[in-house]
Amino acid sequence: MIEVKNLHSGYGRIPILHGINFTMKPGEVVGILGHNGMGKTTLLRTLVGQIKTTQGRIEFDGRDVTFASPSERARAGIGYVPQGRDIFPLLSVMENLKMGEIMRGGESAIPEMLGHFPVLKDLLERPGRGLSGGQQQILALARCLAGRPKLILLDEPTEGIQPSIVDLIAEKLGELKASLGLGIILVEQDIRFIRQLADRVLIIQKGAFVAEISPDQLYDREVVDAHLGI
Amino acid sequence: MTANWQGNGGLVAATVLGLVLLLALPQIVDPVMMIELTSYVIMAILALSLGLIWGYGGILCFGQSAFFGIGAYAYAIAVINFGDSTIPLLLSIIVPGLFAALLGYFLFYARITDVYFGVITLTVTLILYKVMGATSGSQYVIGAAPLGGYNGIPAVPPLNFPGRPELALSFDGLFYLSGVTLLAVYVGLRLMLKSRFGQVVVAIRENERRAELLGYDARFYKLATFAIGGAIAGLAGCLFANWGMFISPDVFGLAQSAQVIIWVIVGGTGTLLGPIVGCFAIQWIATKLGAQQLLNANLVLGTILIGFVLLVPKGVVPTIGDALRRLKFCPYVAPLVEQRRVP
Ligand SMILES: Nc1ncnc2c1ncn2[C@@H]1O[C@H](COP(=O)(O)OP(=O)(O)O)[C@@H](O)[C@H]1O
Ligand SMILES: [Mg+2]
Repeated sequence: MIEVKNLHSGYGRIPILHGINFTMKPGEVVGILGHNGMGKTTLLRTLVGQIKTTQGRIEFDGRDVTFASPSERARAGIGYVPQGRDIFPLLSVMENLKMGEIMRGGESAIPEMLGHFPVLKDLLERPGRGLSGGQQQILALARCLAGRPKLILLDEPTEGIQPSIVDLIAEKLGELKASLGLGIILVEQDIRFIRQLADRVLIIQKGAFVAEISPDQLYDREVVDAHLGI
Repeated sequence: MTANWQGNGGLVAATVLGLVLLLALPQIVDPVMMIELTSYVIMAILALSLGLIWGYGGILCFGQSAFFGIGAYAYAIAVINFGDSTIPLLLSIIVPGLFAALLGYFLFYARITDVYFGVITLTVTLILYKVMGATSGSQYVIGAAPLGGYNGIPAVPPLNFPGRPELALSFDGLFYLSGVTLLAVYVGLRLMLKSRFGQVVVAIRENERRAELLGYDARFYKLATFAIGGAIAGLAGCLFANWGMFISPDVFGLAQSAQVIIWVIVGGTGTLLGPIVGCFAIQWIATKLGAQQLLNANLVLGTILIGFVLLVPKGVVPTIGDALRRLKFCPYVAPLVEQRRVP
């Protein structure tokens, strides 16, 4: 569903990504692990078009989207929940959700999302900034899913969030993966979370993938130390 | 729960209040003041148009009077040629709307940002001032309408009942028509801002990048907002040409451009009521100041503006709205769009 070849990008003249290669099948969950500053966020931003690709190619659903605008990629079915969540602070929860679904025709996905994430039901009138970090994360996820994407990119969804909400998010993502065949690229520092969801794990260092491991290997202290050298 | 004064109840109340004022004012206000009042109402429509694109669209336009002037000229030129005012009225909306769309296309699609956008729109306005000012020779005629350079176009025929040029609008009629137009534009914009289109516009103002990442082409939405604002300003320009039965390049001058911005700043961005209130208040004060000799009017107005920027940075209406909300102890009952100063 997505095929990335020799991807290069960066900020201004500073190159960050140096030849990223990977492919994903529909419904696959790929975890990306790496230290701070290794280029995880930059990779996701490049995939959604927020940062320009300087070299290489991104194909999504058989279509070359390397130079497509962010809004075109979103409409093609790439959803993105960024680090920091990016809720519209002054729009209500409901308005935030509506922003997520507008571009898709057919039936509204919002009732379904409220079914998945009932905590939001009591918050619909609240402005986004009136939500806790965990609630914002759930809203960001629900808003993204309301657009019925085929692939979602999650940037450290568990960062700064209480464990009960982390578990809820993990559970829901597991369900959605199974029921919708949703593809997920999951950038995480929380090894337990990645182990729960990922089909395979890519290790990123200095803007390139250096290894691919299976989630089971994350139980192995030596492997973890070797790649993430704590 | 959100049926506060910004909800539908508020909209109905505002409409009723507007209609009552419209009917009552001519009864209680003296005729000279009615002439003034009519121009306030017309200018309030212009202020609303900037309130839309700046306060909600987040588009910093310093040249809103360009569309106002283009609307006025389009009407004047067309009505002199056609006699009947129906098509000229439509042209006064369509021509500036298209002009805004064209200008917006180049600016938004080139990703011109805030301050540059302001500078360019102001420059365009001042260019129009020069260009229209340079049309004084007898060779500058469009059909039967001489453009007249800095002297402008005198004796602009008034609006008439559609298809019946002999049924011309009286001056009282112009007050009612302007008032109804102001109300209609206000209500129309309120409804538009509640629609999906309006929601997206507001979301883009809040976080353009995020809106794009959710699949919205921000350029298109800004362009549409800008064109709507241009069309509304043009309609105000048509009414203005009716008010003075005259139009000159002064509408494109720096003073006119600055005034609109001041009205919106004083009244408050991010609301629709604010620009109307600011426009009425400032014009009323300016008239009063003009009638006395003690103080220099511009000096006083300048002081008021600086005072507002420093002391009431959100503008009158949002500040009062905040106070009311705080009194009700409802931290989460925020209006659809929180009033916020747009840089
Ligand atoms: N906006 C930016 N401008 C310039 N450099 C940046 C910017 N954002 C991140 N970087 C740099 O890019 C590198 C990769 O950052 P990032 O992708 O955010 O890493 P990660 O998400 O893996 O922690 C870092 O060296 C960081 O300093
Ligand atoms: Mg990061």
